[in-house]
Amino acid sequence: MIDSVDLSLVDWSRAQFALTAIYHWLFVPLTLGITFIIAMMETLYVKTGDEEWKRITKFWMKLFGINFAIGVSTGIILEFEFGTNWSNYSWFVGDIFGAPLAIEGIFAFFLESTFIAVMFFGWNKVSKKFHLLSTWLVAIGANLSALWILVANAWMQNPVGMVFNPDTARNEMQDFWAILFNPVAVDKFLHTITSGFVLASIFVIGVSSWFLLKNRNHLLAYRSIIIASVFGVISSVFIIYTGDTSARTLAAVQPVKFAAFEALYEGTANAGLVTVGALRKSDETIGDLTVNEFIFKIEIPGFLSVMTTGDREAYVPGIKDYIYGNPEMGILPAAEKIERGRHARDVLFDYKKAKEAGDNEAIAALRTRFDDPDFIQNYFAYFGYAFLNGPEDIVPNVPISFYSFHIMVALGFFFLLLFALSLFFVLKGDLEKHRWFLYIALWSIPLPYIASELGWVVAEMGRQPWIIQDLMPVSVAVSHLSASSVKTTFILFAILFTALLIAEISIMVRQVKTKSNP
Amino acid sequence: MMTALSHMFLQEYWWLIVSLLASLLVFLMFVQGGQTFIFSLPRNNMQKTMLVNTFGRKWEFTFTTLVTFGGAFFAAFPLFYATSFGGAYWVWMAILFSFIIQAIAYEFRSKPANVFGQKTFDVFLLINGSLGPFLIGVAVATFFTGAQFRLNELNQVTWQTPWHGLEALLSLRNLSLGFAVLFLSRILGLMYILNSVEDEDVTKRSRKKIAVNTIPFLVTFLFFAITLILSEGFASDPETGKVYMEKLKYLNNFLQMPLVLAMFLAGVLLVLFGIYRSVFSDCYKPVWYSGTGTVLTVLALLLMVGYNNTAFYPSLDDLNSSLTIRNASSSHFTLRTMFYISFAIPFVIAYIWFAWKAINNKRISQEEMETEHHVY
Repeated sequence: MIDSVDLSLVDWSRAQFALTAIYHWLFVPLTLGITFIIAMMETLYVKTGDEEWKRITKFWMKLFGINFAIGVSTGIILEFEFGTNWSNYSWFVGDIFGAPLAIEGIFAFFLESTFIAVMFFGWNKVSKKFHLLSTWLVAIGANLSALWILVANAWMQNPVGMVFNPDTARNEMQDFWAILFNPVAVDKFLHTITSGFVLASIFVIGVSSWFLLKNRNHLLAYRSIIIASVFGVISSVFIIYTGDTSARTLAAVQPVKFAAFEALYEGTANAGLVTVGALRKSDETIGDLTVNEFIFKIEIPGFLSVMTTGDREAYVPGIKDYIYGNPEMGILPAAEKIERGRHARDVLFDYKKAKEAGDNEAIAALRTRFDDPDFIQNYFAYFGYAFLNGPEDIVPNVPISFYSFHIMVALGFFFLLLFALSLFFVLKGDLEKHRWFLYIALWSIPLPYIASELGWVVAEMGRQPWIIQDLMPVSVAVSHLSASSVKTTFILFAILFTALLIAEISIMVRQVKTKSNP
Repeated sequence: MMTALSHMFLQEYWWLIVSLLASLLVFLMFVQGGQTFIFSLPRNNMQKTMLVNTFGRKWEFTFTTLVTFGGAFFAAFPLFYATSFGGAYWVWMAILFSFIIQAIAYEFRSKPANVFGQKTFDVFLLINGSLGPFLIGVAVATFFTGAQFRLNELNQVTWQTPWHGLEALLSLRNLSLGFAVLFLSRILGLMYILNSVEDEDVTKRSRKKIAVNTIPFLVTFLFFAITLILSEGFASDPETGKVYMEKLKYLNNFLQMPLVLAMFLAGVLLVLFGIYRSVFSDCYKPVWYSGTGTVLTVLALLLMVGYNNTAFYPSLDDLNSSLTIRNASSSHFTLRTMFYISFAIPFVIAYIWFAWKAINNKRISQEEMETEHHVY
């Protein structure tokens, strides 16, 4: 019933989606944040009537426009790739996943695209206040569009609010509000948009620092740095807070992923949080999986237990607990989950066969299984495990998860320090004297991009092998295409996106360099 | 039985919404049609700048409508999304490629240090303008002519040819709709120039080009329409859901749904009236006649192929894998939830209209291009 899948097809499909998502995410966070910064600047222009604020607004708006177009280009691919490359997934979850995408289009994209035209072309055509309103609506629209796609993504991490329908062989929405207010969705949305605010703030401070280093555009630079520093400090504090709540939610709903972040193989009470560490492969294996060990690590004792439960003495399960099971903690062995998943799959297939044969007695008997809470909670909940080859398949790539997570967190704290220093110096009025800081600010521009991309690596690579946690592995979700077709489009996308990125950076740099003193 | 907010009602309601989005998309592809004249209409750089900026201020609407159309189709009829996108891979990928290069072309073309030069980005606009409408037309034609796929018991699609959608280009009927949409978008693009550009020379030559493009449009559209009406169609038994071939199915659909037929005829007449006004009068507003006509015609065609127990995405390989609005839709709960959400659509349309009017209150002139802060 489910054909054997060519693994190279799965790998190429994953690579293509990752490529598109990574490129798309190079441009989106700046849009999320800089639109609010621009709106704040324009508000000051409208409030004070100071023409310099208008010039500053227009300068950042120009950079935003260049960035926006390429973000839109790469975004359209992502939406359609759910269908083109993950068609089995699209059917299995379309009843749930499609609705947020449609709402995103109806509410957010139209808001953004309608008022962006007013924002760029309406300076001399509409009133000041209407123009300002349009700018704010672009910022709100951009961030609203992030909400809906993140709601959809959060459902993949923590599927809630649905019921499986064996007749259609798919999950169907049962509770819209449960999907919208999925705890993962709330955390993810707040954490993601604030990451965009942080990135945009560093972008603005970095570019402005360059002006100061070149002894140009002082007023633009100072005013921009003040706004971006305040926005950045607030956003940074908030991102650390949402990062903390995200981790707690994750520990509850995706515990293997959470254990992989910390490379925690052995569960323990009073678990320490690794602040810095390096991994290497050990001699120990679990099936095909090689266990990693620390070359060195610096830990905060008990802090991981506190983070996950609020209790320093709490037991934090490790990867081996989830592979071998831990009866004391009520964790089933992965092998048992695989058995239960296969049973659920067999029941579904038997139901389909009975329907095909028109065996009404069997149909009625098997159909009731899917209304039985015991079957749903204890068997169907592990449906996706039926397609795994062995217990060790439940473990994502530990080194990638570990390093991505820790670099992202470290950068998050660095950004807070950067914003605090920037605000301190600029308020003190001697920012230009600290040329070392201006250089650091300038060279920090790529760092939030790295942190932001690592955030997605953590979220998506950490979820493996699942496309929908526990319900569907990526190997089952893929479209029935030839690997060579996907490889070809991957190469075409890679060339095209890279060429466009080069053009974008080149145009941005030129726009900054040629910004004349007012 | 169809009652208020029954699953059947909601399936038909959402087919109407998706069809409306598709018909608006075809109208808004005047942007693509206009782009195809980037090298042939302007006589100098200023005229080219005016042409590019006329369409550059509207590309986001087409883009957003395409994205919303995709999202709405995914939400309301996910089996179509999974089947067509996952199966006709190459056609959809080609469409997407053409749209990627459009968005950045406008923003990058006139910017210094754009690496590839203005001409490259202008060629991108030409490619998007030609390929986009043509391929979307071919893809939509398969709603009437069918595609080579098969679904298994878990509704997973397997495409039956290694060409993954490119085989649609071998059908004369598919090609005819592809070319009809392309030439219609070119006509609408020229009409939009009449509406929005203040340049007598450009206006005069646009009117001539409308006349020239009308001939291939009429030939290809009439070929498609006549063969459609005379062809067998893919009917679905409302009791069993089985799909079978029915003689003159699409003609019967029109006759059994007179309102849809009236919409189709009114749409075609309005398109022709707009063309007439463009060529034989000094009217600057024919795009609104032909635009309305386009929306009505496309809407009528899609309602005709979705309603009245018809398979809207027929399988040529296995008739019973064909998709109907009954077997391809989302659940009752999802459609009902989205039904309430759709009440916001009139509000969205209202603010789009308001913003559009605010920006378009003056036609684009040479003077504006010389003073405007944000020029493509």
